[in-house]
Amino acid sequence: MTTVTMPPAGYELSEGFILPNFGDGMRSSPAAPGASAESAGEARGAYPIGPRKMAFICSKGNLDMAYPALIMGNAALSEGVEVHIFFTFWGLDIVNTKTNEKLKFTLAANTAMHMPELGRIKPGLEHMSMPQAMGNLPGMTGFATRMMKKQMADLEIPDVPEFLDLLQAAGAHMYACRLTFDMMKIIEADLHPGVEGVISASDFIEIAEGAQIVFV
Amino acid sequence: MPTNVINGRSFTVDEEGFFTDRSEWNEDLAHDLAALIGVDLDEAHLAPLRFMRSDSETTGTTPTLRRMQAVGGFDIKTLFALYPGKPAKKMAWLAGLRKPVGCV
Repeated sequence: MTTVTMPPAGYELSEGFILPNFGDGMRSSPAAPGASAESAGEARGAYPIGPRKMAFICSKGNLDMAYPALIMGNAALSEGVEVHIFFTFWGLDIVNTKTNEKLKFTLAANTAMHMPELGRIKPGLEHMSMPQAMGNLPGMTGFATRMMKKQMADLEIPDVPEFLDLLQAAGAHMYACRLTFDMMKIIEADLHPGVEGVISASDFIEIAEGAQIVFV
Repeated sequence: MPTNVINGRSFTVDEEGFFTDRSEWNEDLAHDLAALIGVDLDEAHLAPLRFMRSDSETTGTTPTLRRMQAVGGFDIKTLFALYPGKPAKKMAWLAGLRKPVGCV
């Protein structure tokens, strides 16, 4: 929340008028009373005070591992945060248009796998983790993937290609990892148009200067 | 609940400053509020607000940006240009709606 300090000329505001924090415009100084701008800068480390910046590193290509960064990145953008996303290793599948429609979700090695629907058969069953061997049954990955996609769609969450469109429109900066790109023999035409470039790890480290980094 | 008064018009807000009662909103109030955050409410700015008002009337929740695109047909890029920074929150506030809670 922010208290308006300087309303436009001719405006009459009540005492203690509460303006939501929109991250810009007229807001009272976020620094502690008496603290100078310089010491506030020191408290945040050596980085200059500017718009908030976040960098996401997507290293996984499973469907369930694609969503966290896409959702958080999108949320950050709508909070006015500058967002950079680096797709590396299996994460490159998220921006590869030949694969990103077909990302899969598997039960295998996911001990947190339980199904809310099972509670209807017997109460308590919805909290039981599925036997790991089930993940290896033929067709199980396809089944689990379809189910997750349906659950996401029910919550009005876009699928991965459409999510990338959304991020691109909202102004996200997306990059593909050079090493993975060469290793997987990907061609640039296959990358989602929102990907700004194929860059090296050190390029990304430079871009991410001053950012809060989230590794997925 | 705190009450905000601007130019003689009052409305109830939550502790962050968002509306709690949609019926306390009207377009004149929106114009006054917009001036506080440096927005000039022309037709282009008003169109998404009107959609949010009518959509939330049926759903009971403040629409997310994604819903404004998918259901309202608004272009995300345009919304960011009209309301730079935090578009969803700015629009919810100017439309007299509660703080948006959706993730996407």
